[in-house]
Amino acid sequence: MKLLRKEFPLHLMLLPGVILTVIYAYGPMAGLVMAFQQFEPLSGFFKSEWVGFDNFTYVFNLPDFNQVLWNTIVISLFKMVLFLVVPLILALLLNEVTRRWFSRFIQSAIFLPFFLSWTVLGGVVIELFSMDGPVNGIVKSLGSEPIMFMLNNDWFRGIIIGSDVWKGMGYNMIVMLAAITGINATLYEAAEVDGAGKWKQMVHITLPGIAPIIILLSVLSLGNVLNAGFEQILIMYNPTVYEGADVIDTFVYRLGMFSQQFGPAAAVGLFKSVISLGLVSITYYAAYKYNNYRIF
Amino acid sequence: MLHKPSLSRRMFIVLNTLLLTLITVLGIVPFVHLLSISLSSNTAAMAGEVKLWPVGFSIDAYMFLGEKVEFFRSLWVSIERVVLGTAVNMFLVFITAFPLARPNSQFKYRTVYVWFFAITMFFGGGLIPTYIVVKNTGIMDSIWALILPGALNVWNMVLMLNFFRSIPRELDEAATIDGAGYWRILWQIYLPVSLPSIATIGLFTIVGHWNAWFDGILYMNSPDKYPLQTYLSTLITAINSQMSSMSPEQLKSMENLSEKTLRTAQIFMGALPIMLVYPFLQKYFVKGMTVGSVKE
Repeated sequence: MKLLRKEFPLHLMLLPGVILTVIYAYGPMAGLVMAFQQFEPLSGFFKSEWVGFDNFTYVFNLPDFNQVLWNTIVISLFKMVLFLVVPLILALLLNEVTRRWFSRFIQSAIFLPFFLSWTVLGGVVIELFSMDGPVNGIVKSLGSEPIMFMLNNDWFRGIIIGSDVWKGMGYNMIVMLAAITGINATLYEAAEVDGAGKWKQMVHITLPGIAPIIILLSVLSLGNVLNAGFEQILIMYNPTVYEGADVIDTFVYRLGMFSQQFGPAAAVGLFKSVISLGLVSITYYAAYKYNNYRIF
Repeated sequence: MLHKPSLSRRMFIVLNTLLLTLITVLGIVPFVHLLSISLSSNTAAMAGEVKLWPVGFSIDAYMFLGEKVEFFRSLWVSIERVVLGTAVNMFLVFITAFPLARPNSQFKYRTVYVWFFAITMFFGGGLIPTYIVVKNTGIMDSIWALILPGALNVWNMVLMLNFFRSIPRELDEAATIDGAGYWRILWQIYLPVSLPSIATIGLFTIVGHWNAWFDGILYMNSPDKYPLQTYLSTLITAINSQMSSMSPEQLKSMENLSEKTLRTAQIFMGALPIMLVYPFLQKYFVKGMTVGSVKE
């Protein structure tokens, strides 16, 4: 009893957070039962008719579903690889810059888009690749016909991948740079005495030095295989490029909010959440084992 | 450096500097292009003559923007959202992290609570069930729909928690001996020493609220309650949906109709606040990133 009274303020402090989490995080989890219902908003979770796995069979047999799943995986895999390679190259190049102000300036410029919204960046990208935008200006000056970038499935997919790398590469770059800075400077001095050039120093000291961080970043990104970038694609795509850029999240959004097929949409959502949970559990366990990484 | 760098080394430095400058320029050009369109005459912008600098310089778009009711109405919603949302978020982060930073010996149920919050980081109900829950809690179409569902950001809470853990235990042991309860320790000891962390997390929260647009689409029925970024997103999706059902010739005339300079002026204004504060607060931006990402 005495213990309870002593700990009472701590419980009280947690109360607002607990209430909000129960409603807005656990509420929707419980709401996933609608994936097994013929859900009607008016009847709610309790009175809607139960249909077992019908929603799943229905969705998995939709003609578009396989394409959507394929798009999701292709787009996110490309993004995952580029999010490691591009920042790594940038970090290695920046590490060779000796003037601090220059390095700082480049870092800031590369990092800026990370903090801008997809509405702004989407608007920028659409102007850039429009029929009479600067990119088509270059295409025309090379003597070709202008390309309808935003209406061509292959180009559009590339633009989705490229613009996300543009927005997000600063993050991993900063993390990798921080790791490079943390490498013991005496290692480089010793290598120099032994006559190793800058290239050899990079291959034998810098890369092994940041290998743990690279592995950690790649392992953690594996949990995102089914997240291809919802807000980005939603703001930039149009019906002509559904074939190449419609992903699970945008598919769920249209199925639920426009077609009002709440049950099937929730079924796809559940499918995605379960796979993601599995991947995240595996990758966090791996990161913990390999790198002693913990979030708490 | 004791010895003079070799010729190949000097060549590398020059090339590296050029390459990094080029990458930076490429990253900035899209924004310059956007700004140039907004500062050009409407005819030049429509004809697609504007590339890197304004053609037929004109601030008409910005003058017109000054009278645009939708713009200022949504700007006000955004300001309201940022102020109220950040206050709520920060309060919850602070008050929730404190009990969870106690050692298990002081707080018996700590582990239970930690798992309760942590689970929501790895599993969620997804879009459709969340929408139904928000709808059922009766906050649709009010500013609370943009604030309450994400009011407790568990990731930020973990950052705060880790910071609290680094505060010397002696500090609150001394306070306890002097008879201070948990509330007093929270407000009079933890609050003052954690101001830098609060500033960093707060900055991210502000940027997050300013940039968010999709929840506005989802939870606001009437466009006059849209925050700025949601309003901007409607400008962009309007072009997208028109674009996909048109031939190249129609595409050209459609761009004429869409008030290109005004649209770009508004998009630019959506990015301006962040671009303005970014150079001065960059230190905090970077700190916030690296604090959360890698822990040894």
